[in-house]
Amino acid sequence: MDDLLQDFIAETRETLETLSGEIVAWEAAPGDRARLDAIFRFVHTVKGSCGFLDLPRLQRLSHAAEDVLAQVRDGHRTPDQQLVNAVLGIVDRIAEIVEAIDAGTALDHSGEDLLIAALEDGSAEVHHAAPVQVRPASRSVRLSVDLLDRMMGGMSDMVLARNELARRLRDSDCDPAIEAALERMSATVADMRDAVTLTRMQKLDALFSPLPRVVRDTAASLGKAVSLSIDGADVELDREMIEAMRDPLVHIIRNSIDHGIEFPADRRKAGKPENGRLTVAARQSGNQIVMEIIDDGRGIDVERVIRKLAENGSRSEAELRKLPDQAKLALIFEPGLSTKDAATEVSGRGVGMDVVRASVDQIGGRIELDNSPGKGLRITIHLPLTLSIISAVTLGVGNQSFALPRQAVEEIVSAGAQNIRVDQLGSASIATVRGRKLPLVRLCDVLRIESSGHETAGMLVIVGMGTGSYALAVDTVFDTEELVIKPAVPQIMASGVYGGQTLPDSGQPMLLLDGAGIAARANVRFGINGAFTRSEEEAEVEEDLGMPALMFLDLDGSRRSIPLSVVDRIEKARAEAVAMSAGRLRIAIDGSMITVAVTGDLPPRGSIALLRLNCGDGEIAYAVREAFDIVHVRDEMTPGEQGPVAGVMLVEGEQIEMIDPNWLFEQFGPNEAAHDASPICLLAGADDGWMRNFVKPLLESAGYRAVFKLEAGQAPAVVLAREGETPDAAGTAPLVHLSDRRGGGADRAGIFRYDRAALLGAVAERLRTI
Amino acid sequence: MESLYLVARIAGRPVVIDSEQVESVIDLAGVTDVPLAPGHVRGISALRSRVVTVIDSRAALGLSPSPEIGRAVITQVDGHHYAVMVEELEDVVPFAANPLTDGIALDRVWRKAGRGYVERDGEPILIVDVECLVHGDEKSD
Repeated sequence: MDDLLQDFIAETRETLETLSGEIVAWEAAPGDRARLDAIFRFVHTVKGSCGFLDLPRLQRLSHAAEDVLAQVRDGHRTPDQQLVNAVLGIVDRIAEIVEAIDAGTALDHSGEDLLIAALEDGSAEVHHAAPVQVRPASRSVRLSVDLLDRMMGGMSDMVLARNELARRLRDSDCDPAIEAALERMSATVADMRDAVTLTRMQKLDALFSPLPRVVRDTAASLGKAVSLSIDGADVELDREMIEAMRDPLVHIIRNSIDHGIEFPADRRKAGKPENGRLTVAARQSGNQIVMEIIDDGRGIDVERVIRKLAENGSRSEAELRKLPDQAKLALIFEPGLSTKDAATEVSGRGVGMDVVRASVDQIGGRIELDNSPGKGLRITIHLPLTLSIISAVTLGVGNQSFALPRQAVEEIVSAGAQNIRVDQLGSASIATVRGRKLPLVRLCDVLRIESSGHETAGMLVIVGMGTGSYALAVDTVFDTEELVIKPAVPQIMASGVYGGQTLPDSGQPMLLLDGAGIAARANVRFGINGAFTRSEEEAEVEEDLGMPALMFLDLDGSRRSIPLSVVDRIEKARAEAVAMSAGRLRIAIDGSMITVAVTGDLPPRGSIALLRLNCGDGEIAYAVREAFDIVHVRDEMTPGEQGPVAGVMLVEGEQIEMIDPNWLFEQFGPNEAAHDASPICLLAGADDGWMRNFVKPLLESAGYRAVFKLEAGQAPAVVLAREGETPDAAGTAPLVHLSDRRGGGADRAGIFRYDRAALLGAVAERLRTI
Repeated sequence: MESLYLVARIAGRPVVIDSEQVESVIDLAGVTDVPLAPGHVRGISALRSRVVTVIDSRAALGLSPSPEIGRAVITQVDGHHYAVMVEELEDVVPFAANPLTDGIALDRVWRKAGRGYVERDGEPILIVDVECLVHGDEKSD
């Protein structure tokens, strides 16, 4: 949260600086709509940020200012001198509070009510002094992206110089000491490059991590229930773009929850689950990053948008109705639009969407809307890949090398391998990869270059494009590399098969292929219908994947499974570290004893895997030979007998036993185990009422486990018997004889049976000597 | 008014290039082919950490492609860097530019790229706009 707060402070400061000119200009011309919009957006953004940073004072101020400015925007109020002053007072106060937050100093509330009251129509004018700016030294520096670009450029030059040096040294026999020095330099250069790269690149995680909180808070404040799923947080994007996307994304999400997702009761009526679903996903697609925000709410009510806009008076209803469907949808990006009749704390008046589009346009992105009235809205944001680092597969055709985004590659198979066949179907080539038929595209044909090898000697790269997949035949596949992709010149991009160009460490520039462009060039097209049915199928599969289960090879050689939800983690362990103690197999891990459950026999030594199972209030480990897969179990389980195996089910045609975690916890769970760990006192002579009614409770209250009969596998820690008896079950366990007489017994070792202290003392003493 | 021109040779003919258009002069090496690119795009090459697009001036003028890759002038067009191949580079000399008069009959592409002429010891030399070469023949029809 500190990071976010710092970002908020830095950003607000920057906006304030640029805004100061606008404010003065607005003061001079209060009727200027553009200036009014700029100030309005500022207070709206502050309000939004404060919402999830939990800054109620700022929120209150900005909300008040926003209200008044909205009235001005709607034409309900005219911006007179008094109103302008009052708004400026609020803006100045926001600046003061932001500085105070940064400095960590307190700022009294005095005057804030006055400032807000001054916004009211006809209230007295307040005079305010410009705030005195006292800025403490900051822990972070904001750098211009130009400087970062220069650093990056310099870094690449350094890498190339290093490469050239290495090449020249290789050609001339040189001193090993020089080579060692070069090695050291190479390592440093590589580290440096990583660091410099990091200054520009950021995982989308940085953008996505605050979202769960935003969703939670927004949903809670509206009385809605929303579950958020995030996908693709490890896709990397230029830092600048992440910064630029931060606010728009939050705006979109707040809008989705506020305007899109219905109240639980309405959702029930519409036959939807009470919990609204919101998905934020990002992926790299060719030379773009695609970000999707999908909700299953009510979608956009186009009619209502048109009515609202017509009411605003900017355009006539007839004119709006004439627009094509997509353009009608795009009306939600009009400034000052709200389909809600009342303003809310959350997303205000739909103002977010015009800000969103402005921000996305600014970084060369594009927004698409896919509206299903009553069912939901999908907002797709395409962002350019410029300067993105991507992981790419490098491949060779003829004497040339190309890169292909790793993300587009499903798998790579050798064309000559078993299970692979290539057939000619009319004029088209079809590759059959393990029974899956794919259109085959020969890269050499598409690029009109000569292939160097025989067809069966080549490789097939299976390229997935979302709507379908095809097999791309190439001569060789070299490696996977991290590449900085830059756009190529228009003359080159015009061919449609390239996504950009890159300069790998070899110093020989390389072109990045665009999988979709190559398919289009080769006339491989995947119908839109096919795409739809496919995605629906996939969606259904996602709905009902079944219960995830971990498959493992048990100690007795059987393949079994266990519900994945109880498996905390899987650890490697040495079999010899597991020891039988106090009746249980146990292993010491990180200073604590964990009960080990097994089916079959532990090998005397060697490596085993421990499935650490968690039952909430403790854990046990289940020892297996190895864990090998996670499967989704959809079929009904055929129950088995009471025991460690809950039942049998079919997994890919094989009968697999499913371990019953409940049984394991019941048998080996921590409560039982704690009880277990206490030493067992075997009381010989069960028929003796005194033993049962007196000695047993006494021992149990002292923390021992008193039994009259041993269960299988149990060994007594100590045996209590009447004087003169030597019970068979005692084995090697020490014996405590209870005597009827004080200080008595033939061996004089007997304990007077009514002497509690002596009896407990004797038991403790015998246990100590073990 | 005189300004600086780079005296070079393209397609066997002497030309001058406005030095304002030239960032630097390099010896080309290691040009990567770009399949499916227009004919005058010879390929891409590394210039330090930058990738430049190599323009074959002969092909851009509608002649047969240059037989060999040698020197090139680096120019920037619309934010992209290009290496425009030249056959020979002589000198940087200040000249006064003269407009092309109607009487000078150049064929289509030469006329498009021609920006006037300068006189060196009485010999007229065509001023060539390298930006025009970068765009090639594509915009002429």
